[in-house]
This record gives sequence, structure tokens and C-alpha cells, in this order.
Amino acid sequence: MLDKVIFYFFAAIAVGSALLMITRRSAVHSAIFLTTTLLATAGIFLQLRAEFLFIVQIILYVGGIMVLFIFVIMLVNLDVAAQQIQYSRQKWVALALALALAGQVGAMLWRAGKLPGQGLLVRGVPAAESLPPNAEAVARSLFGPYMLSFEIASLLLLVAMIGAVVMAKKKV
Amino acid sequence: MAETTQNGAGQAGSGSAPHTLLGADELILNMGPQHPSTHGVLRVKLKLDGERVAGSECVIGYLHRGVEKIAEHRSYQQFAPYVDRMDYVAAVSNGLGYCEAVEKLMGVEAPPRAKVIRTLLTELQRIASHLLWLATHALDIGALTPLFYCFREREEILKILEKYCGARLTTHAFRIGGLQYDAYDTMEKDVERFCADFLKRIVEYEDLLTGNRIWLGRTKGVGVLSGEDAIAMGVTGPVLRASGVQWDIRKAMPYAAYDQFEFDIPIGKNGDTFDRYVVRMEEMRQSVRICRQAIGKIPAGPILAKVGKVLKPPVGEVYHAIEAPKGELGYYIVSDGTVQPYRVRIRPPSFVNLQAFDKMARGHLVADVVAIIGTLDIVLGEVDR
Amino acid sequence: MTDIINILRQHSFLVIALVKCGLLLFILLTVLAYLSLFERKVLAHIQSRWGPYRVGPHGLLQPLADGLKFLFKEDPMPAGVDRFVFLLAPFLSLALALTSLAVIPFGPQPLRFSILGTQYETSLGIVDLNIGLLVLFAITALGVYGVALAGWASNSKYPLLGGLRSSAQMMSYELALTMSVVGVILMAGSFNLREIVTAQEGRMFFGLLPRWNVIAGPFPQIIGFFCYFVAAIAETNRAPFDLPEAESELVAGFNTEYASFKFAMFFMGEYANMITVSCLATIMFFGGWTSPFPSAWSWTHFIPSALLAVLGVLLLIDGIRYETILGKLVLPGVGTALCALSALLLFFAPVNNYIQGPFWFLLKVFIFIFFYVWMRGTLPRFRYDQLMAIGWKILLPLSIANVLLTSLGILKWGLR
Repeated sequence: MLDKVIFYFFAAIAVGSALLMITRRSAVHSAIFLTTTLLATAGIFLQLRAEFLFIVQIILYVGGIMVLFIFVIMLVNLDVAAQQIQYSRQKWVALALALALAGQVGAMLWRAGKLPGQGLLVRGVPAAESLPPNAEAVARSLFGPYMLSFEIASLLLLVAMIGAVVMAKKKV
Repeated sequence: MAETTQNGAGQAGSGSAPHTLLGADELILNMGPQHPSTHGVLRVKLKLDGERVAGSECVIGYLHRGVEKIAEHRSYQQFAPYVDRMDYVAAVSNGLGYCEAVEKLMGVEAPPRAKVIRTLLTELQRIASHLLWLATHALDIGALTPLFYCFREREEILKILEKYCGARLTTHAFRIGGLQYDAYDTMEKDVERFCADFLKRIVEYEDLLTGNRIWLGRTKGVGVLSGEDAIAMGVTGPVLRASGVQWDIRKAMPYAAYDQFEFDIPIGKNGDTFDRYVVRMEEMRQSVRICRQAIGKIPAGPILAKVGKVLKPPVGEVYHAIEAPKGELGYYIVSDGTVQPYRVRIRPPSFVNLQAFDKMARGHLVADVVAIIGTLDIVLGEVDR
Repeated sequence: MTDIINILRQHSFLVIALVKCGLLLFILLTVLAYLSLFERKVLAHIQSRWGPYRVGPHGLLQPLADGLKFLFKEDPMPAGVDRFVFLLAPFLSLALALTSLAVIPFGPQPLRFSILGTQYETSLGIVDLNIGLLVLFAITALGVYGVALAGWASNSKYPLLGGLRSSAQMMSYELALTMSVVGVILMAGSFNLREIVTAQEGRMFFGLLPRWNVIAGPFPQIIGFFCYFVAAIAETNRAPFDLPEAESELVAGFNTEYASFKFAMFFMGEYANMITVSCLATIMFFGGWTSPFPSAWSWTHFIPSALLAVLGVLLLIDGIRYETILGKLVLPGVGTALCALSALLLFFAPVNNYIQGPFWFLLKVFIFIFFYVWMRGTLPRFRYDQLMAIGWKILLPLSIANVLLTSLGILKWGLR
């Protein structure tokens, strides 16, 4: 019961602020609503007992990436962007794409509902106490079976970082 | 801040400079005239690239009172209190310069006793002025505590001045031809007590600042002014001496009783903010030295030379300069033989020193700008007159 | 009626948590108010002044006067500001700062009490999370929003520069802050703050020294503590890293355009952050609520009441000599009350034992806060580029080295 209330609470916030995000003119407002969406999603993660994911979502996306977004938005000229009527040409393309996507999702949900006991919604979440500490589980899988992919990802990030430094250096 | 537009606060200024941060245009930042660290009503227009100063322009005149013009409509004695209002934190020095200039014009000389007392008070005033500089300079760089320490000691000097002439800030301590008041009974004792106390206190300031790595980081290499540049721009005072030029009017062209006392002229090497700090600190010590010598040496005798009630200097002109706390303070007075000066031109040290600001600030950060304004030790009353 | 009681009883966990939230909020806001008085007093004495002295004896009612002033001042909205964001920013600042205290545990033993015949048990602290430390850092990471948005929304240049500075500063120091505590996490093997403290219980060096992380373990976390403390000062925007609100350069930085209660929110947020990072430093490096003395020394249990008694007597003596009538009445009264409290503690041994943990915890936090104020009174301010250099070139490499050395130490000697 409580779980469901919490889920719908966060889901409503996520969807609502996502809508607000794409309809706001001011880029900073959009960024704030995107942040809200991310936070609400993090809340859903927590409701699913994925503590580590919840924290990573907040620290990385909200605390890191979105702050950078806002940082950049604060610096660049918004007046020009606000004057342009955005996406006016792609209106019909966008509508068609959105309809196609809605059809796909709807079809999938409909088919899933028809299979007996195979609904998409996760049912019967195990109690929080019975689960191993989430952070530890993530660490074990990251440094255990997925060691190689983890290292590749970190190498990729390192390369990206060095690349950024090199590009920034050239300008000075 | 009139140029800001809605949500475009970062884009004021229209000249495009593609090399700036994130391609944003240069930011024009107005510092002052109502800014906590422009020391009065100085307005500095800064052209910023990010937080780096690409250019600057000092806008002055907010405190202009037409002091020089006022002089043409006052008698010589009447004008004397006006000069106190120029560098209002070193009123005694201003008065000394003016009185000596008029004396020179009239061919009068103050009696020896007056000269020594004048020197003593002027040196006390120099310490007070430097203390005020240190207080505000440290506050600009973010150290709160020296402010209160400095004002504590400055208070003692102001008390001595108050006991001497009744006023603390705009003292009008001297008269043309000498002094109006003789030294009060316990003045020598008061000064001696202050000097002994102050030498201990100055160590306290240095404990807080001189070895402090943050202070060093904020002052060393900031606002460097080479000796040649300083001379070329007519910069004087501690700012000039910190750039390695040994020029002090007290030594070069002694006035008052400075030829009777021993003291050293501290000079700096690098001409940066830290050197100016060191030079001024050492100057305070030298001032204490002069005061201590003066205490034992006040000769007996009259305090006022014979000048009439109505001053009518002969036709002619005179330029007399003294070493005020902030630099060379010169008075150029033209007399047409009447009771009022025909023309008075004042060479204020702050005004001339402020010229060096742009050269010193270019390429530094906004935070350094306040350090540089502080290290120039300007008083806007004197800049604008 | 009984239905309501039953429902409450069923959800006693929620009810207790809410009551604890309310209580903590009340205590915290009072402490915040008096912290401002404390800071002003300490700063004043450092600077050879007296500080607030007029409102109440020794200025003790000054926080009340300040609070009233904040409430009743005009609340202007400058022209051209972005109203929504302008209002959101101070709320964010304060709310986040207060939230972060929810995960701090204040004492070891749970509090047992009974209402209407039912026994309840609750820990000191609002929640006890497995990932308490991570939650704290997540909230700290969000703290930058309040400042950055305030700077942007004010539509003015000084706040904008202040906001930019603070965003950059907080993001840079977050890295060092997080890295500096990894050593502690390694040694405790947990993100749970309670477990981190428990791992530091016990004695070493012939029982003379406590086994606090800062001095003990396979690799003493002294470097980690240094990095943490410096980064924490920068993260809370306090002197000598108070660049976002450098009054001599950027007027008041990001909160230049704020007045009245909105300003008070930023102000309280800053103080709350100060408390949080001090609590965290205590928990991670200085053994939380563990006493610095061996448990065999039972006389140390009387330190709280001794301190109270000394304070009470001092207040009594001072109060009798105080200038104003109010002070003559109030101060001796408070002094007597403190003495009585200390005597009561002596008589009720269980209570005395119970408050030992919270006492040491709060004492350590208090010492850290004193340090904050001390530094503000002593040091000049860093410059922006110097600050960045310290964050990236000194603290970050140092804290990474600390992680490496700690892991090596644990590999070599094991955990203790």
C-alpha cells in the first residue's frame, strides 16, 4: 500500500516536471524541472530498494551534470535562444515520431498484459531487511564478473577527460 | 548596474571578443561609486574577461568640492581649515604643507619649538594614516581582525590630537607662522607611552599578516609597478619607494624639523603589493623613531612667529611640497599682494598615484583589484578635492 | 478516539520519526540562532571588542532581536528578477542544509520510553541509513543549487559572479571532500555512520589513547582529516574560503539582492551546513560519541556535571556584579539552574550514563565550530585562482594518495 502510494507520488512528479521541462521558455526553468524529474526518478529507485542507484543518480546527475548545465546556461546568452521559435519546422515530424513511440509502448504493454503473470510491473518486492547491502552488491558485481567492462568504461572516461583538457589548453 | 538586461546579466557590453570565456562577450563591471572596498566614492569601470581585468578606467569627481577655487575667495588664514578636508585621515600633514607654503611665500619662519611640535604631530598623523590604510587593506583582502587592532591604536593617536587641539579628525592643528596652542603638559608622556605600546602592537599585526601564507599569496606579485613606470607617472610616497626608488622629501628637501632627526627611508625591491605593505610597516616604525627623538628635543621658546592679523604676502609665487603619508603633497600659491591668494593649485599624492591603477590592475583578477586599490592608499577627498 | 490511538500505535515508527523531526528542527533552529551570537561574541573577543551586549544580559536576547528584525523587515523583490527561481533558491539552501542533519546519529544507546503502557525504543538521530554517508554527500552536492540559482535569478552582476564562483568552488571541493573520507569508509567497511563510530570504539597504545580514525588504524587518517577539514570549510563557504560572499569584492556575492527572511534562510543554511560538516568530522575522524578517556576511569563520567557546575558558578558570580537589573535577576537564576542540573546529574546515575555519548559528541562538534570562528577571525581570504589551485592541485592528489596508502595499509596489516 505505502509502496504504491510512494511510487505513484514520485511517478506523478517525474511525469509532471518532465512536461513542464519541455514547455518552459526559460532554459534555467527547464533545467530546474529536469532536475526535479531526475530527483523523482531517484525516489522511485529508492522505493525499489536500490539505494546505491538512488544515491548515484543524485550525486552524479543532479549534483554533477545538472549543475554543469546550469553553469553553462548562466554563462551563455539566452536572449537569442529565447527569441527563436524553436522546433517550429519539425512540428509534424515530432508529432509523427511521438505517435509512433506511443503506439510501440502501448502495443508492448497490451501484449504483456495478455500473457498470464508476465506483467511488466515488478511485483512482490522483497523486504528491505532481507536484501544484502546494495552498495556492496554493486561493488561485487562491478569488480567481479563485470571487471573488464568496468575498466573499459573508466578508460573511455579518462580518454574523454584528457581530450577535454587538451582541447581547452589549445585555446589559451 | 544600469546595463544589465533581463536574464542577460552575463552579456553586457557589445564589443565581441571571440577569445573570451565560452565565447561570451566581455563583461563591463562597474565597481563603485557605492562599493564597500573602493574607499569612498571611486568608481572603477572594469572590462572583464571572465574574472580577469582586461582594462580599467577610474571615474573620479564624485567628491569634488572646488577646494582650489574656494581658496581664491578666502583669506590665507580662512583657507587653512579647508585643506584638512582633502586627505581627511591625515589632516595634520595637509595643514603643515599649507602653513609652510604660505610661510615660504611671506618669508617667515616658524620658531624652532613650533617646528619640532609640528614634526611630532605630523609623524603621529603619519602613523594614524598608515594604520587606517593597513586596517582597510587587510579588510579588503579578507582579514577582519587587523581592522580592530589598528583602530585601537589609531584611537590613541586621535586622543593625543584631541588633547592637543580639541579636534580628532579635521584638526586644523597649525597656524601660519607656527602654532596656536602650545604642547599640553603631559603630551610628551602620552607620546612616549604610545610609542612604547605601539612597537609591541606592530609585532601583533605582523604576526597576523607578514608570515601568513594566504596574505603572501594575495599580495606577492600583485600589482607590480616598476621604478621607471612609477617615476614616469609621477607616483610618489610609499608606492614609489616600494618600487625601489629612494625618494623621500623629508630627506631630499628637509622641511619642518626633519633635518634634526635620524631616520631611515625603507625601500622595496619588487614594487608589488607585499613590498608596499612592508615599506609602510617599516615607515611606521621609523615614525615612532622620529617621535621618540622629538620628545626629548622640544626646545623652549615662542610658538608663533610674528605675523600680522591680516596676511598680505608680497606679489609672487611659491611651490612647497612635503612628504604626506600618501606621497608628495605640494601647494603652488600665487599671490597678487592682496589678502586672498590669486591662485592655489594643490598637487595631491592620491590623485597622481591613482594614475598607476590601470597599469597595476591589468591582467589581474577582480579580487586583486580591491587589493590594488587598497595598496595605493587613496583618499577620495584628496583625489577629487 | 481509540481508533486514532490504534492507528497511531500501528504506525508508531512514522509518528516517532515525525516527532523527532520536529524536536530536532526546534533545537536546531535555536542552536542556529545562538550560534550567530556565539560567533559574534568570539569574533569580538578575538578583535578586542565586547560584541553584542545591549539586548538582554551579555546580549543573550540578541538572536531573538535578530530573528524579529528578519521577520518584520520589508521583503523587496528587485525589478527584473526571475520570481520563481528567486524564491526557490533560499528555500533550497535552507531545506537541504536542514535535511542533511537527519542522518546524523547523536549517541550510542537507543532511548526507551513508554506511552500508554506500550514500550517504544528509538535511536538518537532521525534515521539510521545503510548509506548515511552517501546521503550526506548527495545532499551536499545539491547545496550548490541554492547558491547558483540565487546568483542567476537576481539579475545583477555581483550576484551572478558570486553564483558562478560558488558553483565552481563547491563542485571542485566536493571531489576532495568525498575522496578524503574514502579511507574512513575502507577502515569501517560501511557507509553507515553508526557503524563507522562503532568501528572506532576501543583503546590502543596501552589503553591510553582512543582508537579514533585520525590517529589509529592500519593507516592513521590524519591526511584524510586535513583534506576533509579544508574541503569542508570551502564547501560551506566559510573564511578563508568565503569567496562567494566576499564582501570586499562582490559586495555580498550571491545574496546581494536578498533581504529580510529570504536572506535569513541563506544565513541559517550556512550555519546548519557548518554544524553538519562538524558532526561529520566528529563521526568520521574523532570517534563520534566515544570518550577520549578509558572507560575504566569512571570519574570521567562526572565531567559533564563538573562543566555545568563551573559554568553555573561563573554565571552566578558574573550575574551578581552585572550592571543592569535584568542581568542581576536573570544571570544568577540561570547559574543556579545550571548548578542544580549538575547536582541532579550526580544523583541520577542512569541519566548521567546516558548523556555521556551525546555530551562528548556535542563537545567535539562545538570545538570544531569554535575552530571555524577562530579561523574567520584570523585569516585573510584566498583568491579565486588560489582556491582552485588548492582544491585541484593539493587536496585532490593528497586525498587520492590517502586512499591508496590506506588500502595498502589494510592489505598489509589487515583491519586492526
